[in-house]
Amino acid sequence: MAQTRQSTQSGMVEKRGRSLWLTHVLMIIGVLVVFFPIWLAFVASTVTQADIVSPPMPLVPGEHFFENYKKALFSGINVPVSTMLINSLIMAIGIALGKIAISLVSAFAIVYFKFPGRTFFFWLIFLTLMLPVEVRIVPTYEVIAGFGMLNSYSGLILPLVASATATFLFRQFFLTIPDELAEAARVDGARPMRFFIDIVIPMSRTNIAALFVILFIYGWNQYLWPLLITTDPEMNTIVMGIKQMFPSGDDFADWPVIMATSILAMIPPVIVVVSMQKLFVRGLVDSEK
Amino acid sequence: MEKRVTFKGWKLPLLLIFPQLLISVVFFFYPAGQAIWQSLFIPDPFGLSSQFVGLGNFEFLLSDQYYRASFLTTAIFSILVTVVSMVVALFLAVMADRLIKGAGVYRTLLIWPYAVAPAVAGVLWLFMFNTRVGVVSWYVGLLGYDWNHVLNGGEAMGLVVVASSWGRISYNFLFFFAALQAVPKSVIEAAAIDGARFWRRFFTIVLPLLSPTVFFLLVVNIVYAFFETFGVIHTITSGGPQQSTTILVYKVFSDGFVGQDLGSSAAQSVVLLVLVGALTIVQFKFIEKRVHY
Repeated sequence: MAQTRQSTQSGMVEKRGRSLWLTHVLMIIGVLVVFFPIWLAFVASTVTQADIVSPPMPLVPGEHFFENYKKALFSGINVPVSTMLINSLIMAIGIALGKIAISLVSAFAIVYFKFPGRTFFFWLIFLTLMLPVEVRIVPTYEVIAGFGMLNSYSGLILPLVASATATFLFRQFFLTIPDELAEAARVDGARPMRFFIDIVIPMSRTNIAALFVILFIYGWNQYLWPLLITTDPEMNTIVMGIKQMFPSGDDFADWPVIMATSILAMIPPVIVVVSMQKLFVRGLVDSEK
Repeated sequence: MEKRVTFKGWKLPLLLIFPQLLISVVFFFYPAGQAIWQSLFIPDPFGLSSQFVGLGNFEFLLSDQYYRASFLTTAIFSILVTVVSMVVALFLAVMADRLIKGAGVYRTLLIWPYAVAPAVAGVLWLFMFNTRVGVVSWYVGLLGYDWNHVLNGGEAMGLVVVASSWGRISYNFLFFFAALQAVPKSVIEAAAIDGARFWRRFFTIVLPLLSPTVFFLLVVNIVYAFFETFGVIHTITSGGPQQSTTILVYKVFSDGFVGQDLGSSAAQSVVLLVLVGALTIVQFKFIEKRVHY
């Protein structure tokens, strides 16, 4: 009996004393290992090229933070990083808002109307899930080139704007809106668009916000597509522009500036994810349903 | 599922659905159709005319040793990325789940890598393992190991696997953590009273309860490794050395844009199309299961 009690204490709880302490230590080691690449990039962005090219480089920040970031932001290597940041921002927001807008209206049409071809259109949208950019890169590039949209924001944004995922998400959500609301709106003689704007959109606020967080990061982190269609450095996005900063020959890369750019490239999405953590987690879970 | 109450009319809904359809047709279906069409032809070197070859491009692909090697590379790469990122994430999630206080802080810290683009992750890891200035490669060198992923295909593969898995830990961690929190405490306590130790409880009770999450993450991570790791590979190895890290998506890019071999690139796109289709169907099957659970 005494033995059982003892084993229950140490076995069931296991959340006290040494065991708890050990768990914290393991967790901290885990976090440190996961963080190490980011920390090292930050350190490299605060030291001089000389510190880096004679390994091992220091593991604590140096004193050249402002110098390196100023150089990256305002002169860069091919183009100032501030230009690339603006391009990325426009692309990410354009993709997120575009996807949300067209998905909201098409989901509304699919849920609240019975019209010829509805099922067919629904499946058509569903099929786009199976066609990621990566499997149709050459022909999509040709379409964009044909429209003269190379090196333009519309070329960066439009091909990534259709999203079956967002349409499904809104469809699922609209189906949970009580029928009484639509009924009441109809009895009051409200037009469908009034109902959409006054009732459906306000009710979808949280879903829209959660999706925005996910889609912003999706858009910001695009690599292959901007790499293909922005040949003009002025149109480079920051995520694809970093690779362009490496010299093609045998020269040393300008590591402090490249690492400062890497840090700048991760700041906006990190701020979005960390500050809107609840929405982010919700968006992540929702968009995988 | 259907709405009982719907609005009348067909012009308005068609108008509402039009933007999405237009984008889908112009940027999805037409290019996919083009890829299928182009896969049946071989253009001449000047791009002036092309010759119909039927399934010739596919026959050539299947007999091409580089393409078959790329298939194998993709399989190894995706399995490794999936296993590494899931095992690390599961371990961290199990640890975090044991904590009453502070789990939220660790979670906030562990979601950072999700926000880091694969291409940026590639640059970070390239920097650590750079053959001339890398810190890790330098310390590894002190231990007597000469790290050189530029020449050694195995090391190149290891590096792209680690860099790709790193960004994926956050995602897997969040799903595992949520699933662990949902495991009924009474079941675990009952096992604890019966004297089952932590790891025994984990393998006999918790892990089976997590199986829907595990299956779901398996599929999602394989899709990720197939299609979203292009940035990592392009920044770190550019598919080298000797194509040892050329996964299928990278090959479509390098044959189509760098090699200008459009017929073959299109045929490869079609093969990928079939693969994504299959994976999407599997994904939906598993998600259905997960929801029913």
